[in-house]
Amino acid sequence: MLPWLPEDISTYGPQIDSLFYLIFWITSITFVLVQGALIVFLIQYRYRPGRQATYTHGNNTLEIAWTIAPSIILVVLALLSRGLWHEIKQTIPPSKYPVVVTAKQFNWEITYPGPDGQFGTADDKTLENELNVPVHQVVELRLRSRDVIHSFFIPVMRFKQDMLPGREILQWFEATKTGRYEIPCAELCGFGHSGMLGHLTVHSADDYAKWVQTQWPAAGAGGTTAGR
Amino acid sequence: MSHPAAIPAHDVHAEHEHGGFISTYIFSQDHKMIGKQFLFLALFMMIFGGLFALMVRWQLAWPEQPVPGMSWVPEPYMYEGIIPPEFYNALFTMHATLMVFFVVMPLLVGCFGNFLIPLMIGTRDMAFPLINLLSFWIAFVAGIIMMSSFFVEGGAAASGWTAYAPLSAKAVYTGVGTGQDLWIISLIVLGVSSLLGSINYITTIINMRAPGMTLFRLPLVVWSLFITAILLLLALPELTAALAMLLFDRRFGTSFFIGEGGGEPILWQHMFWFFGHPEVYILILPAMGVASEILPVFARKPIFGYRAMAYSMIAIAFLSWIVWGHHMFQSGMNPALGMAFMTTTMVIAVPSAIKTFNWLGTLWGGNIKFDSPMLYALAFVSMFVIGGLSGIFMAATPVDIFIHDTYFIVAHIHYVVFGGSIFAIFAAITYWFPKMFGRMLNEPLAKIHFFGTFIFFNMTFFPMHIIGIGGHMRRIYNPTQYEFLQPLQHWNVFMTIGALCLGATQLVFAFNFLYSLFFGAKADRNPWHSNTLEWEAPTPVPHGNFPKIPHVYRGPYEYSVPGEKEDYLPQAQAGGRPASAH
Repeated sequence: MLPWLPEDISTYGPQIDSLFYLIFWITSITFVLVQGALIVFLIQYRYRPGRQATYTHGNNTLEIAWTIAPSIILVVLALLSRGLWHEIKQTIPPSKYPVVVTAKQFNWEITYPGPDGQFGTADDKTLENELNVPVHQVVELRLRSRDVIHSFFIPVMRFKQDMLPGREILQWFEATKTGRYEIPCAELCGFGHSGMLGHLTVHSADDYAKWVQTQWPAAGAGGTTAGR
Repeated sequence: MSHPAAIPAHDVHAEHEHGGFISTYIFSQDHKMIGKQFLFLALFMMIFGGLFALMVRWQLAWPEQPVPGMSWVPEPYMYEGIIPPEFYNALFTMHATLMVFFVVMPLLVGCFGNFLIPLMIGTRDMAFPLINLLSFWIAFVAGIIMMSSFFVEGGAAASGWTAYAPLSAKAVYTGVGTGQDLWIISLIVLGVSSLLGSINYITTIINMRAPGMTLFRLPLVVWSLFITAILLLLALPELTAALAMLLFDRRFGTSFFIGEGGGEPILWQHMFWFFGHPEVYILILPAMGVASEILPVFARKPIFGYRAMAYSMIAIAFLSWIVWGHHMFQSGMNPALGMAFMTTTMVIAVPSAIKTFNWLGTLWGGNIKFDSPMLYALAFVSMFVIGGLSGIFMAATPVDIFIHDTYFIVAHIHYVVFGGSIFAIFAAITYWFPKMFGRMLNEPLAKIHFFGTFIFFNMTFFPMHIIGIGGHMRRIYNPTQYEFLQPLQHWNVFMTIGALCLGATQLVFAFNFLYSLFFGAKADRNPWHSNTLEWEAPTPVPHGNFPKIPHVYRGPYEYSVPGEKEDYLPQAQAGGRPASAH
């Protein structure tokens, strides 16, 4: 398909992308038909001396037709969008991997609850700009901001959410592929907005356990449950 | 009120001004002179708005390389021609602010609203000429305040033209102090100007139409300006309130938009976009009106679906109040609201589609002449279609998650406001230039300008869709800081070259405009063989416009009426077939 769309590594990404392509094809066909008609009319009805233009003030049947046709297409698109939007933004599936992301000019502070799985305890750990998650697991993001509005954008995850000072916004994603990816800020947040950049590391289950081990060595051989 | 006013309005007023230089050219109360003043103010501001855009483009293509010819700019604005991030933010903020508030609005509403309304409805002047004078001079003051913000400590506003709080609400977040305050004050002052203008337009259109000029005989451009004036009247007080609250947060310790004080940052967005979306239609409705005016004249054919055109504009006027949330899908407002706003947004696309089909219907079966006003108007239709279609992507909330705050949005707004409004403005200037200045523009130069602008516009803005799909964020200073944007960087270079050529092409227009102003061929009274009333007035149009107020016999688009000798039948011409098919 379009070569410019970044690869997708999220569970809901493919649905977003298919909706994108559906709209892409609908608009592309409309584009070709409308611009094609325009060009054909301009050539066919170009000025010729002595020719009389058609005298008409319109056609109500046509008006009704081209009111109803786009209405139907747009209503269908709205209905298709509703379900997906609900699934992504309004339902937060249960997660064993919550993280708090606190944005500030011009960094992401990523706070992990540690082995006890509770925030606000001694084993919480905060890393600057490094988000580590296991693959194939629902990750719950608790998004906050310390100063201005930022926007947590993970292009490969098809994830974007503004972060507001004075509020916590719950969101989620589930990665389907391991690797290291960029997390830019997408909302103008001051002179350092450009370059406000974190990284997402998606680990395999084993690697994630190893990462937990290195971060919380005191917790002992907690294995895969350590991050809970 | 539904009867066209038969009051011989301003017969007395017409006599009042045989003034000297100052009352004719500076503090004029003549709607035509005020329209021209808005034209010159806006074209002057367009130079700055355009140059700021070119500097932004330069930085995006060749980050942190010195801008040629700009090494004279002192620190801390620039460093030997290199744009620092603070100044970069000010540049794109002021580019958008100038283009929206000091270029497109003054051109479409200030210039053409003023020049056209009294002439096209057949009256001698606006209802309140003194208020009209004030409207221009207040806008002029607002422009001075806005431009002066570059010269205060901390520089001009740098929080984007949308000024999202709390970034805009506290000086510490941007380092911009007085500059942001001046930005706020300037827009409040400008709001007064627009408010005065809109009251004048509404009153004039309702009360002062020539005998026989029923509402459904009004030219569509007058309809569009009428609806725009209503939107302005209702939207601007709300923006003024928001701006005042922001100023209070900055200067007087309130916390409307500041979380720590119990305020709500997202309230600013609701207030800004509640104004901002009607504003988008304020920028495009008069452009639609211009296209609806010019297409029939050069297709020599009545407009297709006059009533559908008028009703669809009325529908837009209502719907534009309930779509503002589509700018805020990812803002953190309740996602359930997103669904409601998505639905209304899909609905508001329909009237625009109806208009597009009716423009095509107007061309169908015509006898189309390709004079420069027509070329610009056709480009308007064609480019507006792209801008409209790209809007569907971001209306679909799940897709918007990805493309929100990317260059896809930047592409969309420029296809609507440049591809749409600015092309319509060029159409309007070339079409009405003979009536405004009594001379013709040079047609070959106008055509060169048209083709250059059309090609370089698309070269500059179409690839923005592509890099937007690639995830390229808007308002970033240096795209090369991101690994995932590296493969797209060549597009940034390509677009900047397009933008530089686009800028250079405007010199052709500037030359043509200034040259023709003094040395153009003298214009006939009705060079395009149009039907509407402004072409009944002598050229150059005297104070008071018409020697005798015309009587209107029919709708504005009676072209190629069967059985008529000429292929046009002016509104004010008695006899002929009544043919009032409207």
